Amino acid sequence: MAKGVWFVAEQRDGALRKVSFELASAARKLADALGDEACGILCGSGVEAMAAELGKYGADKVFVVDNAALEPYTTDAHATAVAKVVKDNDAAVLLLAASAQGKDLSARLVGKLATGMATDCTDLKVDGGKIVAIRPMYAGKCFGEVVVSGTPQMASLRPNVFPVVESGKAGAVVKVDVALEAGKVKVVEVLKEASGKIDVTEANIIVSGGRGVKGPEGFGILEELAGVLGGAVGASRAAVDAGWRVQSDQVGQTGKVVSPNLYIACGISGAIQHLAGMSSSKYIVAVNKDAEAPIFARADYGIVDDLFKVVPALTAECKKLVG
Amino acid sequence: MAFKKEDKVNIIVCVKQVPDTEAQIKVKADGSGVEEGGIKWVMNPYDEYGVEEALKLKEKLGGEVTVVSVGPSRAMETIRTALAMGADKGIHINDAALNNADAYTVASALAAAIKGTSPDVVFCGQRAIDDDSGQVGAVLAELLGLPQVTMATKMEVTGSSAKVTKPIEGAQVVMEVAFPCVITATKGLNEPRYASLPGIMKAKKKPVDIKSGADLGISADLKAQVVKFTPPPARAAGKIVCADDTPEGKAAELAKALREEAKVI
Repeated sequence: MAKGVWFVAEQRDGALRKVSFELASAARKLADALGDEACGILCGSGVEAMAAELGKYGADKVFVVDNAALEPYTTDAHATAVAKVVKDNDAAVLLLAASAQGKDLSARLVGKLATGMATDCTDLKVDGGKIVAIRPMYAGKCFGEVVVSGTPQMASLRPNVFPVVESGKAGAVVKVDVALEAGKVKVVEVLKEASGKIDVTEANIIVSGGRGVKGPEGFGILEELAGVLGGAVGASRAAVDAGWRVQSDQVGQTGKVVSPNLYIACGISGAIQHLAGMSSSKYIVAVNKDAEAPIFARADYGIVDDLFKVVPALTAECKKLVG
Repeated sequence: MAFKKEDKVNIIVCVKQVPDTEAQIKVKADGSGVEEGGIKWVMNPYDEYGVEEALKLKEKLGGEVTVVSVGPSRAMETIRTALAMGADKGIHINDAALNNADAYTVASALAAAIKGTSPDVVFCGQRAIDDDSGQVGAVLAELLGLPQVTMATKMEVTGSSAKVTKPIEGAQVVMEVAFPCVITATKGLNEPRYASLPGIMKAKKKPVDIKSGADLGISADLKAQVVKFTPPPARAAGKIVCADDTPEGKAAELAKALREEAKVI
């Protein structure tokens, strides 16, 4: 019988990404509920030293596939390596991150393992020995409870939603050799964006702007507020379609679906497709001149006023508070 | 081998019909699904980028664009839309057992319909905006034994390969992939064209093959199921911060509330 709650850790540039700790913690919790082991899979080149750290967050064992062909990330090499470990160990549950890399890898694994997956989950439960995955659908306009009948039961977890919990396991490291051939996709170059820029899917705080920001230069005050709060700047479809912000900043049904602790919507009226993408934020603040804007119906705190006056004042106040 | 103009490049594009982004989604009282009444159905926005890129590739290299969709009878409208944009023919996989099926099952049906045609490139949207699964393109690539590049924002074809750019957190990755391959499209890849009136007229006469799961040898042995749909958690009505009615006063009150009540800053 298939066994173990497995997760695929994600690393980049010589360090584990935070979502890996979220995955380890979530796997631990499920393993405890099922009376089973939590096992990590870590793929890369020269990554063995990172493996033990996953134990701290609950991994009983970490299987390491260390191979030069795994760096930089390519779908083929990583999917082959993970599928081998999963099959050899007859994994019952397999968790990945719903990050850029995790989405690419997990979907390929669904094909390789001929199973099902709940994508971008925000919660996981155990019911009668089976995992029930809770996930937003229609960008959050409704939620679905998903049961995977294939093996392993796969789920990808939305980054920044599952808590990181230290449990201080030892995390035995198991080295695995997998034969890897050169894939058909070659990474030509990786163009890094301005350093320090946080992706909206990974930010705890998002300061987002819409049509009311009036132009690309208007986002300057949003950048300042985000800077003080250590957050990211997001944008509505209107702002992206107008060319004021890059597409990777777009929040909404045709952009990114986000769940930060705090979402500050500035000059965003609240079109349904935007609300869908941010309604699962823990706290929502709306700043808009129009008291009738639909965004106020979703906001925990609303300010009806000119964002060009409110946002700089808020930045100044936050500076005092967070020092 | 590089494509030559005389080669008949076989371009496949997979499309899905989904509710318009402005649609309100109402969960059925018994939680078995969502109410379909009153919904305006459109081509999945990410699939539009796939269709556009397929048409651009055909304009550059020649060949033929086949549009494939899994869906109920109404999905024919979306196939006709793609044909009106310029695709040459369609395959409509219409089988009640496949509606709302998991990604593996849907991709199996698509793979069965495509496989015999030896595709050079298969385009899919990076995800459908209804179930938001984002799996079908990659599963299809695996089932066809082809390499994949997901979430493409840029594609340049040179000879027998393509240079494709995809965004990851904090970076853009440029990859080279040889044909045949599967590319999933996202916003930024292109500006989808509108169907012209002559295009719409012509589309009515273009051939669309209708297939059932049985025709394709697919049984709906589901790998995953949504067992219950629920509305999103209700948000309690918020409060309007007014303080002394100056922007500064409101900002100060808000910062205090975020710090002391919400404890998020």
